[in-house]
Amino acid sequence: MMRADCYRFRVEADAPRSRAAHATAALAPARLPVQRPSDARVLVIGAHGELAHHRRADWIDPLGPDDVVVANDAATLPGSLGALHMRTGRDIEVRLAAHAPRARSGEPRFDAVIFGAGDWRTRTEHRAPPPAMLAGDVVRIADVDAFVERCLDHPRLVRLRFGASDAGLWRLLATHGRPVQYAHLAIDLAPWDVWTPIAGRPVAFEPPSAGFVLDWNSLRKLRARGVRFATLSHAAGLSSTGAADLDRRLPLDEPYDIPLPTVQSIRRARARGGRILAVGTTVVRALEHAARVDGTVQAGRGRADQRIGADTELCVVDALLTGTHEPGTSHYEMLRAFADAATLAAATVALATHGYRTHEFGDSMLVMRRA
Amino acid sequence: MTFDRAIPARGADATTNDASLAGLRVAITGGTSGLGRALAAAFSEHGARVAILARGAGALQRTQATLPGVHAIAMDVARKEDVYPAALQITGLLGGLDVLVNNASSLGPVPLALLADTECEDLELALRTNVLGPFRLAKALLGALAASARANRGAVVANISSDAAVTPYPTWGAYGASKAALHHLTRIWDEEARELGIRFLSIDPGDMDTPLHALAVPDADPASLKQPEVAAREIVAAIIAALPAPAAADAPRTRDFAWDPA
Repeated sequence: MMRADCYRFRVEADAPRSRAAHATAALAPARLPVQRPSDARVLVIGAHGELAHHRRADWIDPLGPDDVVVANDAATLPGSLGALHMRTGRDIEVRLAAHAPRARSGEPRFDAVIFGAGDWRTRTEHRAPPPAMLAGDVVRIADVDAFVERCLDHPRLVRLRFGASDAGLWRLLATHGRPVQYAHLAIDLAPWDVWTPIAGRPVAFEPPSAGFVLDWNSLRKLRARGVRFATLSHAAGLSSTGAADLDRRLPLDEPYDIPLPTVQSIRRARARGGRILAVGTTVVRALEHAARVDGTVQAGRGRADQRIGADTELCVVDALLTGTHEPGTSHYEMLRAFADAATLAAATVALATHGYRTHEFGDSMLVMRRA
Repeated sequence: MTFDRAIPARGADATTNDASLAGLRVAITGGTSGLGRALAAAFSEHGARVAILARGAGALQRTQATLPGVHAIAMDVARKEDVYPAALQITGLLGGLDVLVNNASSLGPVPLALLADTECEDLELALRTNVLGPFRLAKALLGALAASARANRGAVVANISSDAAVTPYPTWGAYGASKAALHHLTRIWDEEARELGIRFLSIDPGDMDTPLHALAVPDADPASLKQPEVAAREIVAAIIAALPAPAAADAPRTRDFAWDPA
């Protein structure tokens, strides 16, 4: 067992906010797209179930030269596309949801969730349903036609082939696509709002938002402490589709790519008894998918298709820095692989009592794998 | 004069060695004319994967027709709104980025003017094109460049400067002041980003026979000017010298970067 129970902060956090809050209240969403609010907090869940509140900026302090921090460096595609459903003449929104294999013609293909008319100001679960999507339907997005090749056993989930070259596809996304928007935010999200500071290759459909914490100064602090920083690229998929039966199937399969230096850094941490801290649930999914039984990780590409939950035995990751997830979400299910039900229930109460903000631009949790 | 000597020790070999450029992912602003076009040709002829960026769709098409395999992306570096769409297309099409060349430049007022006769808007345009644009583009692409450096591929941002950045030539005020700012910005970037494995180079190519120079000095004798192809070879050599040898890379640079599911 790694020294996951040794995660101690040097700086004690501010006292909990005094404002009254009911433990049963739902978490309030963060309403402004600020990636690193100065008052961001992190609830630390220790390996023995102990809870502690800290300033999020201090998350680096307990880390040392034997440890490695692994983050997802995927940039986020502007995958929300206003479109016209040609057979019915109705306006729809196409939300790219997953990468699909290229067509034999070489044309790019995606799996996409289709929404009816309206925009993000309506919560996804209240959005109008799209017209029936049939194989062979044409969806016109600006000057590009996309073709419904088949429906993917749900009326809103289809495989789309874009009648465009790669250059044409990227031009379309750049000029016509918008980031997936959130009804709980007060303002529209711009492309830069959803790129983490380390965002590189645009392969994610929603931001790997735990990585918002990673400004370049925090990477510099990691280096100064001798902590290794490593990355992988994981094509984070949609977090919500507006349809409960479809949401239950999330996350969809997600391709990832783990560079060799990342595998080497993990091996080094293991050999020295250091900890492997994942920034974000996508990193856990990729690393555990690429894990061998002995805890080593396979470099290269894969396609994460597993669900991580209470029954999952984690082979690689010792700690997870992530958002404040609520019961019932796939993110929360993943937490159950790290901590037992009683600990997570206590954490949910603590988050509500102390007024933590939830969602992409909210506060954070740092969860140690149980001892 | 040259800030970063454009002819490093291994530079002469490097430009003639295809292997050091094969698979290198390069983005060049102002890539449809003058030095930018010569750089695109020099990189792509030696197997690099090149994206050129420029304002004019027509010029992009014409350049692309003469440089097969080169990607053409429309953007105006002076426009903030164009930066992320351009970064998205660069990293999407090339699968990441190893080298960014901020070459697009604005002279400010044309014809050149005394500072006292320079409209504030012309100074603003020079600053947006020559300072803010390169800063924004480097910032938007820093994640991709750092990822390249972490994979031991190295990463370089080459900012094209000028001797007007250090010498106070009369009538070159807007251009000279903006290039001075870019030069200093580049030096500080280089201090800060070096520990990430990203090098920032400020390169003065010398006076070249280019459309920009013709705008500034319409009656210059072309024979007295450097050919942009010559400057491009020197700059390619300087960039290669700032990159690790290809053998050090985690994966071959020629690896296929398609993001199809495994």
